[in-house]
Amino acid sequence: MERLNLVEMFLHFLVLWFLAIGGPSAIFPDIHRYLVESRQLLTNAEFVELYTLAQVAPGPNAMYVTLIGWHLAGWKGVIATTIPLLIPATTLTLLVGHLNERYPGARFGRVVRRALTPITIGLVLASATILMRAVNHNWGGYLITLLTVIVVLRKSWSPLWLFAAGALAGVAGLI
Amino acid sequence: MEQTKSSKLRVNPSALFLSFSRISLSSFGGAIFWARRELVERRGWLTDREFVEIFTLGQLLPGPNVLNVTVIVGHRFAGWTGAAAGVAGFLGWPVLVVVGMGVLYQHYGALPHVRQALAGMSSVAAGLLFATVVKLAMVLPRNWRPWLFGALAFAGVGIMRWPLLWVMCALAPGAIFVAWKERE
Repeated sequence: MERLNLVEMFLHFLVLWFLAIGGPSAIFPDIHRYLVESRQLLTNAEFVELYTLAQVAPGPNAMYVTLIGWHLAGWKGVIATTIPLLIPATTLTLLVGHLNERYPGARFGRVVRRALTPITIGLVLASATILMRAVNHNWGGYLITLLTVIVVLRKSWSPLWLFAAGALAGVAGLI
Repeated sequence: MEQTKSSKLRVNPSALFLSFSRISLSSFGGAIFWARRELVERRGWLTDREFVEIFTLGQLLPGPNVLNVTVIVGHRFAGWTGAAAGVAGFLGWPVLVVVGMGVLYQHYGALPHVRQALAGMSSVAAGLLFATVVKLAMVLPRNWRPWLFGALAFAGVGIMRWPLLWVMCALAPGAIFVAWKERE
């Protein structure tokens, strides 16, 4: 674990969270790049398993970074990965909230949102493909991914049922 | 339901802690539904319109959307103490749950059945992300410029595996310039 530098990880995550417009899925590819490819702190399989585990926890989807922090370095790791996600929320949010009350309906905010939405979509697509390539090794995995997309777009079932079905399919040896 | 000047309302930080704990613990796969139910319907702290405005702001800003909503709502009703109480309620419980999962993963993560179940769930997680892409893309305007920026972001981060910071620095100014020039 001598490759693990908590201060560096803290700073990297801090920069990422300031870029995370559109939520945690937008920075998933870069977190994967940093932890798996660049610093090699986790294997591809570990990264995917920790991400997936956290998806069935309550609370925001972003909690996978906390789980990864715990896995790498216990409570110190939890701090190094979780505090960075709080900082944009507490500084920028209150600053912009204040400006928004003083200058309601300012055009700049709408323009930024419209401009960055397509970039966010590209980043979420990158997240989806990275995750799919890491996990699906045969037709069974791709089939489950495809079925999930179809069900989510047509029904409003809780994701927990889909995860339960996926777990059953996995244990049944479909993947 | 009708409220005027709800911004004058003061709320006890412990009530904020309890409310955001409830939102957090009931939200699986997206807290926004539960946030509205608690803040608008159950407590009546916000009107529907106020809630939509705050949520839109939370989406525009970086970070988890509902966390941004938590900070804004907590701060509005009880200042910094309120923001801290809301965040403690919203993030504290998930952190504990996730750490519990981490302990279990370290003990049982290597078992074949656990790994098989996780593999199946990961295929589902990938599907959820693809579905999110489809839902987001349906609201994009029907011209080629936004798609170009989306494709470049995907190629830079997903295929070339360049650092996100570089890609954002390269794309965001152009995207904002184009959006600014377009007529609304």
